[in-house]
Amino acid sequence: MLWNALLLALRELRRNKMRSFLTMLGIIIGVAAVITLVTLGGGATQQVTDQISAMGSNLLMIRPGKHMGPGQAAGSRPFKLRDAEALEREIPDLAAVSPTMNSSAVAIYANENWNTTISAGTEDFFFVNNRKLDKGRLFTANEVSSGAAVCVIGETIRQKLFGDSDPVGARLRLNRLSCEVIGTLAAKGQSSMGHDQDDLVVIPLRTFQRRVAGHTDISMIQVSMRDGVETEAVQAEIKRVLRERRHLSTTQEDDFDVMDMKEIASMLSGTTKVLTGLLGAVAAVSLLVGGIGIMNIMLVSVTERTREIGTRLAIGALEWEVLLQFLVEAVVLSSFGGLIGIAVAMAASLILTNVLEVPFVFNAAIIITAFLFSAAVGVVFGYFPARKAAQLNPIEALRHE
Amino acid sequence: MSEKETPSPPASDPTPVIELRRITKIYGQGDATVVALNGVDLTIHSGEFVAVMGPSGSGKSTAMNILGCLDSPTSGTYRFQGVEVGGLTRDQRALLRRNYLGFVFQGFNLLNRTSALENVELPLLYRGDSRQVRHERAREALATVGLNGREKHTPGELSGGQQQRVAIARAMVTNPTVLLADEPTGNLDSARSIEIMNLLCAINRDRGVTVIMVTHEPEMAAFAKRTVNFRDGVIENDLSNRGGV
Repeated sequence: MLWNALLLALRELRRNKMRSFLTMLGIIIGVAAVITLVTLGGGATQQVTDQISAMGSNLLMIRPGKHMGPGQAAGSRPFKLRDAEALEREIPDLAAVSPTMNSSAVAIYANENWNTTISAGTEDFFFVNNRKLDKGRLFTANEVSSGAAVCVIGETIRQKLFGDSDPVGARLRLNRLSCEVIGTLAAKGQSSMGHDQDDLVVIPLRTFQRRVAGHTDISMIQVSMRDGVETEAVQAEIKRVLRERRHLSTTQEDDFDVMDMKEIASMLSGTTKVLTGLLGAVAAVSLLVGGIGIMNIMLVSVTERTREIGTRLAIGALEWEVLLQFLVEAVVLSSFGGLIGIAVAMAASLILTNVLEVPFVFNAAIIITAFLFSAAVGVVFGYFPARKAAQLNPIEALRHE
Repeated sequence: MSEKETPSPPASDPTPVIELRRITKIYGQGDATVVALNGVDLTIHSGEFVAVMGPSGSGKSTAMNILGCLDSPTSGTYRFQGVEVGGLTRDQRALLRRNYLGFVFQGFNLLNRTSALENVELPLLYRGDSRQVRHERAREALATVGLNGREKHTPGELSGGQQQRVAIARAMVTNPTVLLADEPTGNLDSARSIEIMNLLCAINRDRGVTVIMVTHEPEMAAFAKRTVNFRDGVIENDLSNRGGV
């Protein structure tokens, strides 16, 4: 009997192709919007997670002053090289420690120049920051302690200043410092905070202190934890060592901050997840509106087809058979709209993930959910018109003009 | 036209198809009540061809609705093939219509943009017949009304007379006991009307189907073997028509 109702409903929808399509449009847009937004949001979350793990999820960043999040804080006592050495010596859970300085500079080669960032660190800088060599070599512990005039450049600088020529062996000017390019770093792309991680020149810390900064302050210590150690325990250890070295009494607050990249990662992906949920909810409202559209058209259709319903009742259709026919019509409309919506969403997601350069994450759960929701919309909003049709008085319905 | 009161039942079939006893139908309540039928007695035997006539408001439509099990009487008994049907529920009456009654309407009431074949097979669809059975019987019924080759035509592509023939095929496809026709020629010119009346006569004669037809054209009523005239909610006279075709 359900099969018969389906057959009758399909015949009816076929009779009114244009109207059927327009009725479905609301559902199509709703389903497509929900799936596309959730897919894009999933892609963005995935991207953030990927980037953070590429940054090195074992990374802790220690900076002077109190930090509420990423960004510079000025005005508090900087670290010294000895602080970094003490951490490395006293905390066995650390795999590597890199005291780091950053400064902006104009890099000049031949007649090209480029505004960039100088990062200065020890030979461990590359390990801690999870940077891989592309060509040439990295600087050695010897070069760090002697303050050699060498540098390793990021992909952006290589492109901007050297183009197609080989940069290894060339001499690059950074403000007043002239240094030899000994290697290039593999590209890493944009960070999750949107800054270009390849726009940097890395030089040995000693070189930086002597020839660029003119002092021995350290603005940041990056440490890499060994795999499998408790982040909280390491953080506590670092705080203990540094509080001791900075002579803080028990009543004083920390005047430095230990940031965990994992924490930042989960915070950022949490934010994108909330945004995705929010956008999805807004899109779900349009699905609901699509359902109301179906109800509207079905009600009009019942009025318009009153005589037909009267005829069906007269030739022996039972009340529930008429109800089922109209209900199935509504469900077929809405679920068929849902299927078209899924197809539209897949196409839109593929195009948009390409344009926005986020990964395409196929989310079967949201597709199934959106489809079931669209079918449910048909049942809920189709029931009222269907009941109205089924309860018509056949005599009056036959007389209806 | 020679006439005699209350025709005698054919001896071969003692149980009448339709038996109305003291049927009343009252619409509305309190001061606004309208007595549509006021004690109607009517017996129709198998194989009869009855024309129901009367001015509007005479109660003939109400009587037809009750005969067609579309409506229930307020009081009185209605036996269909000996079975009391006055107190049936809505769905029970629908099943009775589905299995024993065929309907032909003045306005044809075919589904638009739907082929003749699909229109005719509609009652079989509700009975749950298989696709093969449906198509076979619908084709047969269309052939009976002289519309072979028009199975794929939609009502819009058929003339009024052809549409009414599709409607008759739809009414006949279930092999009903009784065919109820409500002014079947009301929307047709005289040539088409005579065609339709000949078809109804043939169905009545060849298949033994009892035909009850409402009309207000005496020329059409003349095709019937018996004419029942309604006035003011009662049967004014009930005449047998010797000249019935």
